[in-house]
Amino acid sequence: MSNTLLPKLYKTMKRIRTFEERVSELFIKGESAGTMLHLSIGEELGPACVGTAMQENDTFTTHHRGHGIFVARGGDPNRMLAEIAGKKDGYCKGKGGSMHIADMTLGHLGANAIVGGGIPTVVGAAMSYKYLKQERVSVAFFGDGAMQQGILYESMNMASLWKLPVVFCCINNQYGMGTKIENAVGVKDFSKRAESFGLNTLHVNDLDVESAYHKSKEIIDSARKFKPGFIEIECYRFYGHARMDKSPYRDESEESEKRKLDPISFASNQMIKNNILDEADIKKIDNDIMIEMDKAMEFAINSPINDETEIFKDVYSENDPLPVSLDEKINKILNN
Amino acid sequence: MSDLNKNYFEKITYRDALRLAMHDAMQEDKNIIIMGEDVANYGGAYGATKDLLKLFGKERVIDTPISEPAIVGAAVGAAMSGLRPVAELMYVDFFGMSMDQIANQLAKIRYMFGGQISAPMVLRTQGGTGRSGGAQHSQSLESWIMHTPGLFLSMPAKPNDAYHLLRHALKIDNPTIFIEHKLLYNTTGTLDKNDIGAPFGKANILRKGKDVSIISYSRMINYAEKAAEILEKENISAEVIDLRTLYPLDRETIITSVNKTKRALVLSESYYTSSVPSEITSIIFENCYKVLKKPVIRYTAEDTPVPVAPNLEKNYIPTIEKIVEYTKKVCN
Ligand SMILES: Cc1ncc(C[n+]2csc(CCOP(=O)(O)OP(=O)(O)O)c2C)c(N)n1
Ligand SMILES: [Mg+2]
Repeated sequence: MSNTLLPKLYKTMKRIRTFEERVSELFIKGESAGTMLHLSIGEELGPACVGTAMQENDTFTTHHRGHGIFVARGGDPNRMLAEIAGKKDGYCKGKGGSMHIADMTLGHLGANAIVGGGIPTVVGAAMSYKYLKQERVSVAFFGDGAMQQGILYESMNMASLWKLPVVFCCINNQYGMGTKIENAVGVKDFSKRAESFGLNTLHVNDLDVESAYHKSKEIIDSARKFKPGFIEIECYRFYGHARMDKSPYRDESEESEKRKLDPISFASNQMIKNNILDEADIKKIDNDIMIEMDKAMEFAINSPINDETEIFKDVYSENDPLPVSLDEKINKILNN
Repeated sequence: MSDLNKNYFEKITYRDALRLAMHDAMQEDKNIIIMGEDVANYGGAYGATKDLLKLFGKERVIDTPISEPAIVGAAVGAAMSGLRPVAELMYVDFFGMSMDQIANQLAKIRYMFGGQISAPMVLRTQGGTGRSGGAQHSQSLESWIMHTPGLFLSMPAKPNDAYHLLRHALKIDNPTIFIEHKLLYNTTGTLDKNDIGAPFGKANILRKGKDVSIISYSRMINYAEKAAEILEKENISAEVIDLRTLYPLDRETIITSVNKTKRALVLSESYYTSSVPSEITSIIFENCYKVLKKPVIRYTAEDTPVPVAPNLEKNYIPTIEKIVEYTKKVCN
């Protein structure tokens, strides 16, 4: 089985990284909507293993650094990049952008620009699945920073109290913006916090994506049987917090040391060592991905912008009248 | 900041004026502390507390976990117990999760407890559009604060006012919400420390005029000034009033100006409906209805969430062209 699994996980991680590199290029070309672009380069293992261990009908929310998770769950790079560029063909018509990307058909209940904002959503989603007798799990992805938001613990308690098919997944990249985790918490053992709510816990602290996949799957499978869980994936944010951040608050030596802990080269070495794929096979995979992502970037750049009436759409249901624009309100008064 | 001891700056950024205000206040009052996400090591997401850690140490410049309700709440408790905290919320949008501590705790401490104690603190934050930050990172939420009795509210547009109002807020016995604008930090102006400074509740007439009053605050002041220049070329003389503080609000200056010009346009990045601009508009109607030649116009952001797409975001808030167009119609 591992013969096909590891290449699959590798491919997912590589697609995430290449996608994020294109996001970065979009910014350099001046084609991104703003600079609040949070890349998950270096953090691909978590999205790949948990994203792959989830089933087709499972749902999820993500934090602001959520591109990778969405790619792992089947997000279309064309529409994702178009969204990040603020264009019409984007998943949210360019109105949500990088931090609010979502796709209800793929179970993506929304990325969030509020740290912790999307966590209780999965509790409510799981309440629905349980009530409606649907076999689905809902997973909240968030950063280590959100471990310090009270709403996480309110949500964990509800999940435990009502035995909900929920998994809380913390992508611990060691930093919340410029603040090192040691400066943000009194006790670093996050699993203990989750255990105290009676959740199943998993702490991944190595680069072996295949084993992380199997362990994650156990947690998700028991959540499906109404035993909620908590997964912490330790990793390292290879680059700045957002696209403009040059990380002046940490040493370059720390960065170059930590960048050696690369889940992608680890997986590729594993595949070669265990004769699963050879270098040429891997190159072929990488190349196909590059072509896919280049096309996505072209798609995003060529996607049209919205006309201004889009501002007023989607505030209320499409059966209701659009909010009246200021121009209309003001001219009505002045022409009286 | 090389010239910490200078008293006059020909050109200083809004950001540096704020930094200087905190620096000078902290030197004067040993009980002032700064707390917030990334305020120490990083120097603040928008750089307003840069270098203060080096100068005052980590007992006084404190990085907090990402726990907004507790940041505000702990500052309230510290303010009740001898300190004078400057708490920073990185984005005004985080009022959402902090509103209990702001509106039910901070604003009401003095009143509920029969005047026994106050919570003299400053809550600094920034809002507004301009960076494609989207619906959760670009809002203008001053109306929530103005709607809450018990809070002073300051939204300066100019470096000199930013300095003096922050200094003032750190001396008075009331909690102050201090809302900056993300696109103001790099703007520049003069700073005169020896100026008596902007007191709370005193608007500034930035430009005298006789045909119409444009009343505004925060970043929109810069739009109003540009529009007034264009209007002047078309022989319309606009008076530009910078409110500077929204509580206390300088009703007198607004009323006197509109009684003179008989026409008014209220300009804001906040919402049209149930908002600071709608409040100012009704003050003008109530007090100047006998002289008004045209209805008062409030020109604001659209009553929708903030879109990310740059072309939509730009048209979501007032534009200079439209300010000119509407003001001309008001003067017609
Ligand atoms: C409620 C809230 N507080 C603060 C911020 C500003 N902010 C955005 S990302 C971030 C750091 C979050 O760290 P973490 O949760 O570890 O996620 P990471 O960025 O490391 O992926 C902060 C402070 C925010 N967006 N929302
Ligand atoms: Mg983090």
